[in-house]
Formats: sequence, structure tokens, C-alpha cells
Amino acid sequence: MSGATPAFNVLWLQSGGCGGCSMSLLCADTTDFHGQLRQAGINLLWHPSISLQSGRELVDMLQAIVDGQLRLDALCIEGALLRGPHGTGRFHMLAGTGIPMTHWVQQLAAQARHVVAVGSCAAWGGITAAGDNLTDACGLQYLDATPGGLLGAAFRSRSGLPVINIAGCPTHPSWVLDSLMALAANGFTEADLDTLGRPRFYADQLVHHGCTRNEYYEYKASAEKPSDLGCMMEHMGCKGTQVHADCNTRLWNGEGSCTRAGYACIACTEPGFQEPGHPFHETPKFAGIPIGLPTDMPKAWFVALASLSKSATPKRVKVNAVADHLVVKPVARKTTLK
Amino acid sequence: MPRLLVGPFNRVEGDLEVTLDVQQGRVASAHVNSTMYRGFEQILQDKQPHDALVFVPRICGICSVSQSVAAARALADLGSIEVPPNGQIVTNFILATENLADHLMHFYVFFMPDFTHASYARHAWHGEAVARFAPQTGSQTRAATAARQRWFTLLGTLAGKWPHTQCIEPGGSTRAVDAAERIRLLAKVREFRGFLESQLFAAPLEFISSLDSEAALLRWLAEDPLKGDLRMFLTLAQDTGLRHLGPGPGRYLSYGAYPQPGAGFAFAPGVWHAATQTLNAVDAQAIREDATHAWLSDSGGPRHPIQGITQPEPDKPAAYTWNKAPRLDGAVLETGAIARQLASAHPLVRELVGSYGGTVFTRVVARLLELARVVPLMEQWLMQLRPGEAFCVPAQLPSEGTGVGLSEAARGSLGHWMTVQGGRIASYQIVAPTTWNFSPRDAAGTPGALEQALVGAPVLEGETTPVAVQHIVRSFDPCMVCTVH
Ligand code: SF4
Ligand code: SF4
Repeated sequence: MSGATPAFNVLWLQSGGCGGCSMSLLCADTTDFHGQLRQAGINLLWHPSISLQSGRELVDMLQAIVDGQLRLDALCIEGALLRGPHGTGRFHMLAGTGIPMTHWVQQLAAQARHVVAVGSCAAWGGITAAGDNLTDACGLQYLDATPGGLLGAAFRSRSGLPVINIAGCPTHPSWVLDSLMALAANGFTEADLDTLGRPRFYADQLVHHGCTRNEYYEYKASAEKPSDLGCMMEHMGCKGTQVHADCNTRLWNGEGSCTRAGYACIACTEPGFQEPGHPFHETPKFAGIPIGLPTDMPKAWFVALASLSKSATPKRVKVNAVADHLVVKPVARKTTLK
Repeated sequence: MPRLLVGPFNRVEGDLEVTLDVQQGRVASAHVNSTMYRGFEQILQDKQPHDALVFVPRICGICSVSQSVAAARALADLGSIEVPPNGQIVTNFILATENLADHLMHFYVFFMPDFTHASYARHAWHGEAVARFAPQTGSQTRAATAARQRWFTLLGTLAGKWPHTQCIEPGGSTRAVDAAERIRLLAKVREFRGFLESQLFAAPLEFISSLDSEAALLRWLAEDPLKGDLRMFLTLAQDTGLRHLGPGPGRYLSYGAYPQPGAGFAFAPGVWHAATQTLNAVDAQAIREDATHAWLSDSGGPRHPIQGITQPEPDKPAAYTWNKAPRLDGAVLETGAIARQLASAHPLVRELVGSYGGTVFTRVVARLLELARVVPLMEQWLMQLRPGEAFCVPAQLPSEGTGVGLSEAARGSLGHWMTVQGGRIASYQIVAPTTWNFSPRDAAGTPGALEQALVGAPVLEGETTPVAVQHIVRSFDPCMVCTVH
């Protein structure tokens, strides 16, 4: 490898989260996870689940980065940053060091070429910031949709980019891999991020795109209980028409998505998803009309089209929408008409 | 007495620090600290009961489904909801998929890499261990990661994604399976069986489950001591004294795993007492959580979870962890695959524990045995599905009441206790497997299971993170984020 570009050094740390983004990542749709990283020139300096080094060996490595002796190309943080109690950060001390994780993250971020928030906790605070947010959890550069977070709204990493928010709960394995590979290839600019710092390659899509329930949606043939096949927007709390993510076209580990498994999109890529202000699996309505309408649709049009399409719903779609398997099958017709 | 502060402890789930007092090259006493607190029990207060299904899986990214199952059971208990057989089978299947993935991950990614450590370089098998189990590069580490990815496509289909699926409901599963799909799922289970039979066991699963004594195990080992990764482990274990390393408290708890439609469990519940070789019924009423040494309020003394409180007191003197100390009838218990295999009377595990106790060796053997025992069950469950019949019934939840959900996660017994008032969660308490295993001292000063297991562990000259301590800690496959939630 002499003369080749030096490896892209990635350090991965976890704070106030569940480790699920790492666990999901290891389900990436590839036959050789570690090979894929290596081929992209990515060198995982350390990761809490898969590295050999423990204790002192890691603390020495962190100190070498803080002291500028070891180059850090991407600092990946998974989990919210716990600033409590009373601003001390003691809700999460980095074991063996007696120092709050928030303090380590601030020092490491100052040295990193790129700072990456892996998952909605690191991006916005996420589920850890739910309720009264007793741990004073926040994301690296946001708390919900408000800029700030641990590092502050003005923070830019050494590359000049803000924190890259690979939001999702857990985030999708290939959103993470593709982002890291693009960064390693120097193929990532601020124009590739949406207004919330999320990579546009997935955030410029809607969950609704590619949903297998789209035919039911067209006819407003709606699921009424868990396991029904119909569209889950009208009664079951699905936010797929408003949520930025390509979950239904880039399936999880090549196989699934929330709506395909029969439950609603709860907007896990969006800031503040943890406190929707209504039960997750019920659609809030006003005068019988869902409050959260598709992003690009004027309300009057939605109401008019919904009543029209409901009156035109084929029996097959109407009946199947409230069953857990196809009750009425598509009619077999000759398709070779000239 | 010299003190050793060990951490960060990786290749476990979550954050862990261990303080060791060392005397003449051995651990004299240990204090176990879970260093991170998020407060799910506080977050859940005042939420809609059904919303627990969104919050609780996010307690843990590695045993997320087991949290969902416990919550769904607590809600079903609250609403007296009867899960239809299909829903029961799919729920068991999803939980089994997660549990077995955890066992696989534990062996290949969390546990075995310790044998690649330079401190073992003088052993004859070291080169082979590096070739197979080195993190990121070992042939078997990589093969197991790939097998795990394929295995989890089962949850892609049935659960949409993993972790943090919302497919498990109090009334069953949101994803019905039709007859054709069942064949595809079966093909994937068989693919995993293929990995286990060629790489891990180098033998049929049924043969591994039928090993009923240590003599039988050793005969099979002698045939080819490095063939397959289980035999490699057995060879290492003989050479490094894992048989006797890290004995736990000798009492084992299982709530019973995989309840079957109708009645009974695939693995029976019980509390196994190694000293007397007896199995007692589990009396969950006799559980108390003692917060004396936790940075949490202990007002009113040890409490049953249904009366439990969770209130941080970060400045509490004499506290050293965010974890409470659960006790059953005042006793320290160990939980996990070893407890399930003891309670369900597997002859090999009962004999090994009789000879050596719950040690690093017996814990790992029980976990691998479970891989061999559960995969065939999963194949049977798929065939028991009745396509066309209900997978889920809608849940009607009362606005007042209590619900208890008991389950078995990969790491052991998991319980959720919920009280609902005025249609809102008034109290939600969780006692996770590692809460048991990694509990601190109680009011009487009795150390928790790991704290006991670490006593006597060798600390070699110059070791800052003693490798024996690493083996013992990881043999429990701890899940720290679950522990303190
Ligand atoms: S279920 Fe959700 S994502 Fe699917 S069609 Fe309906 S609104 Fe769109
Ligand atoms: S479908 Fe919605 S809730 Fe599910 S992963 Fe995608 S964005 Fe998150």
C-alpha cells in the first residue's frame, strides 16, 4: 500500500443510547462487513463492540488523539450526550477514567476532521431525551430541532462541515456505511446535507415512497387494527407521507421495513419523534381528518380526493385492507389483448 | 491492598467499570459499576400504556426484542388478552432469532477474541486462535458476522427491522405469515443450521444436544480437538483452566422460555440450587430490589418491583453504581442460558455445573448448547403455523390495573411490572438479567453474582486489565444498558 492514501481513521464511541445503531450496522447487506470497510480504506481505530483493546489501551489511544499525536478522520458518536445532573455530565462517566463522556467528546471533536452523529440520539437527543429529559440529554449539535446541542450551533469540524446527522432509530446500516465511504473518498460537501445536517441521499426521500401499501393509500382503504394489510395513515399513526427517509426503497439489511412488517412509521429520523403529542399508534384527527397530512398536499385537495377515492375503492382493496392476508385475490384476466 | 480500576470494558453491551482489590496476585474483592443512567422507568411515567412498546425496545439495542416481549406480556396481563396460537408462535420465533443471534455474537465477537491477546502468545493454539478469532480479520469472526446478517433477514421479514421493531403486540404479531412465505423462512433457518453444523459444531445439531455427560463430550473432543469452533473452545478451556474460573453464587433463575400455545414452555422455569441439586418453583412475589449501594433512592428499604421507585440520588454516599440489587427471598441469583438449561434439566449442563459450578466454562457451554437446541424448535414452530388464522387480536386496555410481563432474554430472566392509573402509566419497573448478575452489594453487604465470581481470579504481574477478569465478565454476556435502563 506504499504511496496509497493513508487509511481513513474512524473512532466510534457510545454514550446515552442503547447500542442499537452499532447492532443494526453489523446487519449491513454485505457478505463481508469488515472487508467492505477495508476496501474503502477505512481503519476502525476502535469500536466498543468489536475491538480487542480494553481499559488502559483505549484510554491511551483517546489521549493520543486529544494530544494531536494520532490523526482522527471521523469521530462517530452513537447515543445522546448526557449533560446532567446539573451540568456535570455524571450520568455517563467514561468507565475507568473518572471523566464525564461529554468532556471526552468535546475534546475529541476539536481534533476530528469530521464529526458524525450516528442515530437519532446523537443527532437530536432522541428517545433518551423523552419525558421530562431528566438526564438533560442532547445531540451533538441539536436538541430536537433546535440547533445547539453539546458542541454548539456554530461548531464546525476541521473539514468545515457541521455535524453529519445520520438520524434514525436505529439508523439504517447502509446510511452509515455509505456516509463513511463518501467521507473517506472526499466525496462529501455541505451541499450533500439537508437543512438538519442529514445526508440527502436518504433524507431527500419519503418513507411513503415504495411502501407496499400504496394501493391502499390511493383508495384510502385503511387498516383498522394491528396486522391488517391496509394503509396505516388514517387510523394507525403512520407518518410515512411526511417522514424523510428511504426505508421502503432501501430495505433494512436487504429485507424489511416498518410498514412491510405491519406497523406504522413513527418518524424515527425526525427531531423530536420521541414525543409526538399523541399515542404513537393512533392518528390524531380533527373533524375526522388526520392532522398530519402529506407534506406537499393542500388540505382541501386531500379531503376531496380522499372522499372520491373512497367511493371508488375496488372491493378487493376494501376487503383486504382490514384482513391480515389476501381475502379477495386479483381477478385473472387475459392480458394479451391486441 | 492494591486497587485496580478496570474500564472501559468493551465487548459487552454498554458501560462497565470494575474495581478490584488485589491480594497476592488474586482478586480479594470486586465492586461492579454500571456507569451510565438514562432513566427509562422515569421516562415511561405518565405515558399511554401502549406507548411502552415504542420506548422499551430502545432500552437496549442488543436484546431489544426481549424488552418488547416483556412489555407486550405486561400489557396482555393488564388487559387479560389471550394471544392466538399463530401470534404466540411468531413472537417466540422472533425472540428466538434475537436470542440465538446474541449467543452467536457473544461467542465469536465478544468472548473468543480475548484468546488472541498477546499474553497467550506462548500457547500452542495461539496462532490458530488469531487466525480464527482476531477482531475484524479472523476467518470465523467474519464468517459469523456474515451468518448473523443472513440470520437477521428473518427479522427483516417478520419484524421490519432490528432492533426496535414494533411488530410485537399484546395481542400477537403484526406480521402474518402465509404458507409460501413459511417455506422461505424455513430455508433461512436451514441456512443458519448449515453454518452452525459446518463451522461452530462440525457436527449435527441433534448430536450436540444429545451429548449427555462430560465423558461423552470429551470422547467427541478427542476425535479431533480443533475441528469446529466449539472443540477449539473446549481445547482452550482445558489448557487455560476455564472450568474452574469465575464460579457464581450457585443458585440459578429462569422464568421459563418460549411459552407454548395452550400451556407449558419449551424450556421449563425454575430456581436451581446447585448445592442440593433441587429445582424450586419461581415465586416472583419474593423478588425485592435493594438500592442501598445504587445512586438511587432507597427509601422504604428493599421493594417488590410493583412498589418499586426509581429516583436518582447522584451524591448518595456509599453508592457505587446505577444498578439496583435484586434478590429472591433474600438470595443472590445467577441467570442466563446456564439457568435455562439447568431448569429444563439438560443432563450435560447439570453434570458440568455439579462438577465445576457456574463458571466461565459452563456458562459458555450452556449458551452454545442452546444454539443447538433452539434451531430445531424454530423449524418445528414454522410448521405449526396455521396460515389464514389470526396472528393478532386487537388490544383493549383498561384505564386502571397492573400488569406483569416475564420473559427470557439471551442473558436471562427479564421482568416488567406496570401500574396504570387514569389511563396512564403510574409506575413501570424493569428487572433485567444483568441487573441480577451484575448487582452491587445489598443492605447486608452481600456481593452480587459477578462480584462473587471475580473473587479469586488471578491478576498477573503488570496486568492493568487482567485477562482472567475479562473472561469472567464476558462469560456472563452482560448487557449494561439493560441493567440500569
Ligand atoms: S402505510 Fe404509511 S407509508 Fe405506507 S402507504 Fe400508508 S401512509 Fe404511506
Ligand atoms: S419507516 Fe419510519 S419509523 Fe421506520 S425506520 Fe423508517 S423512518 Fe424510522
